[in-house]
Amino acid sequence: MELLRFTTAGSVDDGKSTLIGRLLYDTKSIFEDQLEAVERESRARRYEQVNLALLTDGLRAEREQGITIDVAYRYFATTKRKFVIADTPGHVQYTRNMVTGASTANLALILVDARNGVVEQSRRHAVLSSLLHVPHLVLCVNKMDLVDYDQGRFEEIREDFESFCTRLDVEDLTAIPISALNGDNVVSRSQTMDWYDGPSLLHHLENLYIGSDRNLIDPRFPVQYVLRPQRAEFHDYRGYAGQVASGVFQVGDEVLALPSGLSSTIVAIDSLGQSVQEAFPPMSAAIRLADDLDISRGDMLCRVHNRPTAGQDLDAMVAWLAETPMRVGGKYVIKHTSRTGRALVGGLHYRLDVNSLHRDLEATTLGLNEIGRVSLRATVPLFYDEYRRNRTTGCFVLVEEATNNTVGAGMIVEKTG
Amino acid sequence: MRFELTELDTLEAESVHIVREVAAEFERPVLLFSGGKDSLVLLRLAEKAFWPCRIPFPVMHVDTGHNFPEVLDYRDRRVAELDVELVVASVQASIDAGRVAELPGPSASRNRLQTTTLLDAIAEHRFDAVFGGARRDEEKARAKERVFSFRDEFGQWDPKNQRPELWNLYNGRHHPGEHIRVFPLSNWTEADVWEYIAQESLEVPSIYFGHRRQVFRRDGLLISTGPHVAPGEHEEVFEATVRYRTVGDMTCTGAVESAAATLEEIIAEVAAARIGERGATRADDKVSETAMEDRKREGYF
Repeated sequence: MELLRFTTAGSVDDGKSTLIGRLLYDTKSIFEDQLEAVERESRARRYEQVNLALLTDGLRAEREQGITIDVAYRYFATTKRKFVIADTPGHVQYTRNMVTGASTANLALILVDARNGVVEQSRRHAVLSSLLHVPHLVLCVNKMDLVDYDQGRFEEIREDFESFCTRLDVEDLTAIPISALNGDNVVSRSQTMDWYDGPSLLHHLENLYIGSDRNLIDPRFPVQYVLRPQRAEFHDYRGYAGQVASGVFQVGDEVLALPSGLSSTIVAIDSLGQSVQEAFPPMSAAIRLADDLDISRGDMLCRVHNRPTAGQDLDAMVAWLAETPMRVGGKYVIKHTSRTGRALVGGLHYRLDVNSLHRDLEATTLGLNEIGRVSLRATVPLFYDEYRRNRTTGCFVLVEEATNNTVGAGMIVEKTG
Repeated sequence: MRFELTELDTLEAESVHIVREVAAEFERPVLLFSGGKDSLVLLRLAEKAFWPCRIPFPVMHVDTGHNFPEVLDYRDRRVAELDVELVVASVQASIDAGRVAELPGPSASRNRLQTTTLLDAIAEHRFDAVFGGARRDEEKARAKERVFSFRDEFGQWDPKNQRPELWNLYNGRHHPGEHIRVFPLSNWTEADVWEYIAQESLEVPSIYFGHRRQVFRRDGLLISTGPHVAPGEHEEVFEATVRYRTVGDMTCTGAVESAAATLEEIIAEVAAARIGERGATRADDKVSETAMEDRKREGYF
């Protein structure tokens, strides 16, 4: 059974909670004691419907203020797949939460109300999903029951959204007309929308091909830890431990180590105590080489004819996550794969308005929840690929030295002169 | 299919990545090991992460003095097998030293007292990373906690002030005196834990399987009689076939009626369960709706 991660965003009004509730309830993933508690609480707060946000809104501050302050992770399984939902609140800290949820997602689920069509929030969600390069998008046109299950209305919304997405980097988009409240096209196909011949949402989530979400082409293995047992039986053992970022490594492959530039041959791959012939993402493994190269944490194994860019200067789309604005000229700790260094913000090219896609070239700083294109210079060489080609070697975070807070999330883009 | 990992193998690979990050970036990590199902899976992940090396950090048990003897036996066997160092932090010692006071009553729980013992041990050994087996599916306050969860110099958790956590990049930076709690099983569910135990053929303490036991009913839970637990005047003792779904302090951990004798039967039972594991078995979470958050803020597991 495979694991599929997806992210949702929106407010209570567009029926997101009802939809997730239906998925969880119909797959028997909510416990009775949890559901009873949520029903009790919803009544006490005089909500018209059961608000499933209360399932995970357990923090004191959330209960007191009646808001969701953080990404909530929910889990459910069918006989075909296991699912992790990163459910992000629609309003407070929207960008910060959405970016966090999308960073590991295979799929982003965008909900629109059939009566309202595509609104600012739907566009913003699409922009962020595209920026984070979430491989699959699903547009759920909800509340079809309130527009008489009208095919024309559905097609109109679908076309509107598709035309917006042509301005973005969206590879796979599926639109599904649903009624979360009545269950139309959520778990099983709707009886009332016979004009729709696509899958139900759950069927789509269960059967969507996600094998190609990973990059299996460019071999990249960031070394995390060197295994050297001080025991007689493993006297000469030296294993480079790490998680395969992308590509496939096989016993017998000639690999190149960065930054040294020296090459050697893979003589063995140990996957958590078992000897295997090949390693691919997201496996954690230990690679042994024929030659005794000086390799340590932060180094990277790749192929002689397929290597990442090695350099100290890079351009990236950076999402700012902290109250204190990003400073041009400021220095931050940068964490990229298993490498840590420091980075200087050289310049801000523009700030991106995630609602209109407008680029503000006059911007001089990035504030909380803002995104912009930034040039950085690192104190150490980084081994990176463009984020849209490689979500593991193309991402980094920035940490503020004084507070140790994570303040920025970066997606590396190709440098333009 | 080629180049495909199962869901369990994916979770395992991600958790091993987290365990190795900690070993690489921290000076003095420690792994909390109680002998319970989550911590024994965590210990297995650490074993596999560093094979063929020994686990490069000690394990620690916060011993309330009210533990199930079967679980302590299991703990000691496993520690000996892996040849890892065991640190026992004793709540009794904290009471004897006057750091905490025993609550009144015939079978008062030492659950909350553990926090002081734990924080004292972290300070004494200068541990800077503390692995725990908590999962996001088990409790609301845990659902929103980070994999790398920052604790200030008082061991406190501030849920409103958590560091954003993206991709597989974990920020473990901290000042001296502060530490990070690390939860590699964050994305595992109760079912995943049991399926993994079966996949790896791991031994678990015997009380997880159905057995005959003298119990009495208290606040809807089946509590075992024993040296630390006395039934009240109106609490009638009877014998039943039970098993434990979670393993904690004898005074506040309830059993469930079950004859499940094999891992397969437990997995089937977990799949069919309609009540969450903490709701079914923990008196400590029944104190209030935010009982877990309140304890966690103080530095609890």
